[in-house]
Amino acid sequence: MPAALLETVGLCAFYGATQVLFGLDLKVGEGGVTTLLGANGAGKTTALRAVSGMVQTTGDIRFCGQSLAGWATEDIVRLGIAHVPQGRGTFVSQTVEENLKIGAMSRRDRAAISSDIERVYGYFPRLKERRKQQAGTLSGGEQQMLALARALMLRPKLMLLDEPSFGLAPLVVRDLFEILRTLNRAENVSMLLVEQNASLALDLADRAYLIETGRLVMTGAAQDLRNDENVRRAYLGY
Amino acid sequence: MDLFLHQALAGLATGSIYACLALAIVMIYAAINHLNFAQGEMAMFSTFIAWQLMQWGAPYLLAFVGAAAFSFVAGIAVERVLFRPIHKAPVLSHIVLFIALFAILNSLAGFIWDYNVKSFPTPFGSRSLFGNGLVSSHDAGMMGVAFTMLVLLYVFFRHTRIGLAMRAAAANPESARLAGVRVGRMISLGWGMAAAIGAVAGIMIAPVVFLDPNMMTSILVYGFAGAVVGGLTSPGGAVFGGLAVGIIENLAGTYIPYVGRELRLTIALFIIVAVLTAKPSGLFGRAIVTRV
Amino acid sequence: MIAGVALALLLPLAIKGFFLFQLTLALIYAVAILGLNLLTGFNGQFSLGHSAFYAIGAYTAAILMDQADVAYYWTLPAAGAACFIVGFLFGLPALRLEGLYLALATFALAIATPQLLKSTPLEPWTGGVQGIVILKPEAPLGLPLNSDQWLYYFTMLTAALMYAGAVNLMKSRTGRAIMAIRDNPIAASAMGVNVALYKSLTFGVSALYTGVAGALGALTVQFVAPDSFTFNLAIALFVGLVIGGVGSIPGTLLGGLFILFVPNIAEELSKGLAQAVYGFILIAVIYLMPSGAAGLIRLIVGRTARSRSQPVHFETASRSARLTRETPMSSSTSGDENAK
Ligand SMILES: Nc1ncnc2c1ncn2[C@@H]1O[C@H](COP(=O)(O)OP(=O)(O)OP(=O)(O)O)[C@@H](O)[C@H]1O
Ligand SMILES: [Mg+2]
Repeated sequence: MPAALLETVGLCAFYGATQVLFGLDLKVGEGGVTTLLGANGAGKTTALRAVSGMVQTTGDIRFCGQSLAGWATEDIVRLGIAHVPQGRGTFVSQTVEENLKIGAMSRRDRAAISSDIERVYGYFPRLKERRKQQAGTLSGGEQQMLALARALMLRPKLMLLDEPSFGLAPLVVRDLFEILRTLNRAENVSMLLVEQNASLALDLADRAYLIETGRLVMTGAAQDLRNDENVRRAYLGY
Repeated sequence: MDLFLHQALAGLATGSIYACLALAIVMIYAAINHLNFAQGEMAMFSTFIAWQLMQWGAPYLLAFVGAAAFSFVAGIAVERVLFRPIHKAPVLSHIVLFIALFAILNSLAGFIWDYNVKSFPTPFGSRSLFGNGLVSSHDAGMMGVAFTMLVLLYVFFRHTRIGLAMRAAAANPESARLAGVRVGRMISLGWGMAAAIGAVAGIMIAPVVFLDPNMMTSILVYGFAGAVVGGLTSPGGAVFGGLAVGIIENLAGTYIPYVGRELRLTIALFIIVAVLTAKPSGLFGRAIVTRV
Repeated sequence: MIAGVALALLLPLAIKGFFLFQLTLALIYAVAILGLNLLTGFNGQFSLGHSAFYAIGAYTAAILMDQADVAYYWTLPAAGAACFIVGFLFGLPALRLEGLYLALATFALAIATPQLLKSTPLEPWTGGVQGIVILKPEAPLGLPLNSDQWLYYFTMLTAALMYAGAVNLMKSRTGRAIMAIRDNPIAASAMGVNVALYKSLTFGVSALYTGVAGALGALTVQFVAPDSFTFNLAIALFVGLVIGGVGSIPGTLLGGLFILFVPNIAEELSKGLAQAVYGFILIAVIYLMPSGAAGLIRLIVGRTARSRSQPVHFETASRSARLTRETPMSSSTSGDENAK
């Protein structure tokens, strides 16, 4: 296991008076992919939101050794943490290209931004065809691609991916995971991946966590979880 | 026919007043997704600032810029002090705060500058154009100012980074934060800009309606009517809507008995309800196609 | 509860004259606010124009008494009926409007009302700017009450009936349909609720309440004139609604007291800056209790007696508070659910 890029220690999260996470210790290695598995309502989305500073938390979150406690979302993002939210967060009345520019809002290097736009179009040619189109009119899958593309515009060190395959056709899902793999290998982007398709997620990841109602129930190398009898039955379905 | 044209032109002139205010309303709506019912009073207060500066001997241009700058800062202050602490409260609470702001500004202006009607200078002169006394050079200048503001805003929103950031922050604050947009600052900026635009509108209107703490009350309704007719999301639509309301008001006043003298505001009501009923997002409002 | 009723009944014997008159007015405002609350708190529609319905109620009563010598107690149903019809008709186009758009349309209605009342075509009935003076009703059956006291009891009785009516309405099937529309219009229409009809009906009932209050107000003040019904009144009613608590029926009583007495207190504090003082009081109140008095009470009750079952209105207050926050400001979806 390489050095930790992101590490949470005893992470608890709250919505008002309701506690949703109960002391999670998570790690994402430098250049690694960690996947977070769990049933609906287990608290996966909440865990990602906690890292982005969007929910009340206690415990510590460290990124590159720096504690993020009390940081505003905007500032966390600027450290290079790109969050692709569940539900995509598309700017529906802006064009596709404007969406990408919004993704690069924290950067000031104009020339590099333009070349990055071309680069993400390379990953998602479909978006290039629709660059002038109002993003709200894209299909669900296209919006999912746009969300990923928008996150890439940040030139992230770490991506928080919340069910990136949601609503995509199986073939598209395969392509998407190929792209994620490329990003990870070629561009050294680390990832914290929440995914219903546990099989694909475990293939991509080096490390995996299984949570139930806000508590860790299993931790280990992705390979080990893959071979675990219980995980197999509950999440992989064979 | 001649009468018709002249009245339409005169309507265009008053319409440009409404257009200015409608523009300010749409601006703040874009920034905060709320209608500011105190917008008119804010503009009135700014206009008094300009008047006061001139009383102290400042030249027109300095008073103009000074009042706009003051309003920009004051708009930001109002947002930070008054509205930010309760940004999570229900919309209705926000409206009560707008009402409170309305009462405070109106009362304060009356207290500082009294309720006597004051005249206000214009840099464009008040010569009559087209030789019929319906459109003055001030009216023409006012239209020019409204149009210039519109172009500047268009360029700002469409072609600058910060303009895009403001639109993003208003459209989807959570998602904007995740892209690193400093949403709080964008909201403040929107308030500041709306207050400054309101100041310009007030300064342009004051030579026509004269200056007093209640100068804006009915104009605000027309401004709302203009903004709504144009669709609350479109600055260009707001200007068009303001002009249209001015023309319709004037023509109705000319051709429908009683309306001209007594029922001018009723016309505004009628326009608002009619347009909203026919087209709830206004004539130029964006009907967003959202796919789930 | 019983103590409260007893107190309210015995009050006229203890206090006299102007203060009693003010209490009567506060109760009348409370009924008007109740009308607004039926619309906003229970059906999720905004209005900044209820002064218009109050005015129509008041003028209906005044004109009937002035021109047709109708007995004062008959003016209430007449005012209610007139306002119901106008409200229902206004509710039809308003159906397509959401949230702030509706607030805006009704705001314009409030602004236009005094002008309409002053206008020449209506002058033979309305008396134009002068308005109409009417006589104060005397106590019936030789009851030993002066007319202030009698009016207080008469208002009390009417208000009690109206409040009982509102509570029952909200408990009925109709009430559930009205609230279902507030909570989720699409789901409500999917369940077979005729959204358009119920929204217009609620507008009508709401106007009816506020109109009856207007008629009572005319009887109490003995005078109607266009400038008593400016949008300041509409705003006062709105403020009373929010201060009392959106969706809270008892809260409206507090709202009525607030809008009658707090401006006077502000006036006491500073003559020249009374409005500004009032503004600051409003800000303070909103800061201290962002969801109105009912919200505050709910908070306290929730803290001290978690185990006790909570009264219905507290529940609805919390829901409508959420609703009003999430009411879509863009009209991209408005009208769709009414198209059917
Ligand atoms: N805004 C909120 N307020 C209150 N409770 C919430 C809120 N958001 C989520 N919760 C609760 O927190 C728990 C965890 O939710 P979360 O969205 O993190 O689940 P999840 O694991 O992402 O589920 P899914 O697989 O369905 O996306 C759920 O019980 C949910 O009801
Ligand atoms: Mg989730």
